[in-house]
Amino acid sequence: MNGVHDMGGLQNFGPILPEQHEPTFHHQWERRAFGLTLAMAGAGMWNIDQARAARESLPPAQYLASSYYRIWLDALSKLMLERGLVTSEELADGRLREPPARTRGVLTAERVALALARGNSTQRALAGSARYAVGDAVRTRVVHPQSHTRLPRYCRGKYGTVAKLHGAHVFADANAHGNGEEAQWLYTVRFAASELWGPDTTAAAIHVDCWEPYLEAMT
Amino acid sequence: MAHDKSGHRHEHHHAHADGHEPTNDGSELTEMDLRVRALESLLVEKGYVDPKALDVLIETYETKVGPHNGARVVAKAWADAHYRQWLLEDATAAIASLGYTGRQGEHMVALENAPRVHNLVVCTLCSCYPWQVLGLPPVWYKAAPYRARAVIDPRGVLADFGVSLPHDVEIRVWDSTAEIRYLVLPERPPGTDGWTEEQLSTLVTRDSMIGTGVPQAPPPTPKERR
Repeated sequence: MNGVHDMGGLQNFGPILPEQHEPTFHHQWERRAFGLTLAMAGAGMWNIDQARAARESLPPAQYLASSYYRIWLDALSKLMLERGLVTSEELADGRLREPPARTRGVLTAERVALALARGNSTQRALAGSARYAVGDAVRTRVVHPQSHTRLPRYCRGKYGTVAKLHGAHVFADANAHGNGEEAQWLYTVRFAASELWGPDTTAAAIHVDCWEPYLEAMT
Repeated sequence: MAHDKSGHRHEHHHAHADGHEPTNDGSELTEMDLRVRALESLLVEKGYVDPKALDVLIETYETKVGPHNGARVVAKAWADAHYRQWLLEDATAAIASLGYTGRQGEHMVALENAPRVHNLVVCTLCSCYPWQVLGLPPVWYKAAPYRARAVIDPRGVLADFGVSLPHDVEIRVWDSTAEIRYLVLPERPPGTDGWTEEQLSTLVTRDSMIGTGVPQAPPPTPKERR
């Protein structure tokens, strides 16, 4: 989706303001919002790509005006509503009205350490071999899907070189639909900065991780 | 782990720790505080969430996982040539060998800075960041100014951090668009010959592992260090 979350190359957002000795969280509600988001992911009712899709499909003005954990909360509410885990009346005041829906599990305190240490590898076995090799010239496709994609607008239809092959990984664009992982070969592609920005850049090269369907061969 | 801590005790502790929090009588609760409290109570009542799991998750990222993990990786790579080679060839395994594995660091790549090469990591689409070695990302990493500018004007970004690199240094930017997570391996500061890994790790800043900074210079007491 061509959303405001796709920020690479936008201008006029002002300076970066690093905070000295920044705390991990700035407000108590941020702690709980972070915990709730990870805990509800543990209920197994959506995957990480669906969570990202929910965040980036918030209304653009709302997305830009919201703090980070507010975006997480709004997306969490949306995901739970869509799956019937809560009702909008319940979200409005926190009072239970409907019995719980079935989930795939509860992340208990005892399981947190193991779940974090194990993580969620996205690498998958895939038959056949990758179409491209390190050093191959490729071009990214010109696509503008209305659904979730991880190919930023600034590098669509651009010429680059394969810098690394990472094996096959869960394809975010497909996984965000919830109909299967459809693993694809994943590459790091190097773009000369001038290919992306002409003379208006201070970078030498930009590297973007691209699944094979994002690419076409240059012959 | 704070398995025995109730949510309220945890809350109370931090209320005094950072000065941002509501007073005990709740008179300063913000709209967001109320909203999140209501949501947590609903999700606990529904049985979807174990409130003690929230305590453990929060405590993990506030007290256990942070840039000191990454600093240990970098210091070891500075001190141990074999480890450095392993880190550059298979960062996931080399980092896991120090006990750092898991969420938001499942697939790691280390980026080696050199006299004429400087690497900078960003996630233009959201906030992807190697949690197991750097902890949770700072606010600026997740905010529009950095996400917008890093891929087009990294020197301008570095200027905001007070960092100026010579013009013959090539800046390579890495946009974390998939589940690969990047850790910058900065150059070892001069004047640190013979330093132990533990001493070296004190020079490694979080920003030097993102690429928005460089390591600290050693204090001017080289004779004592050797």
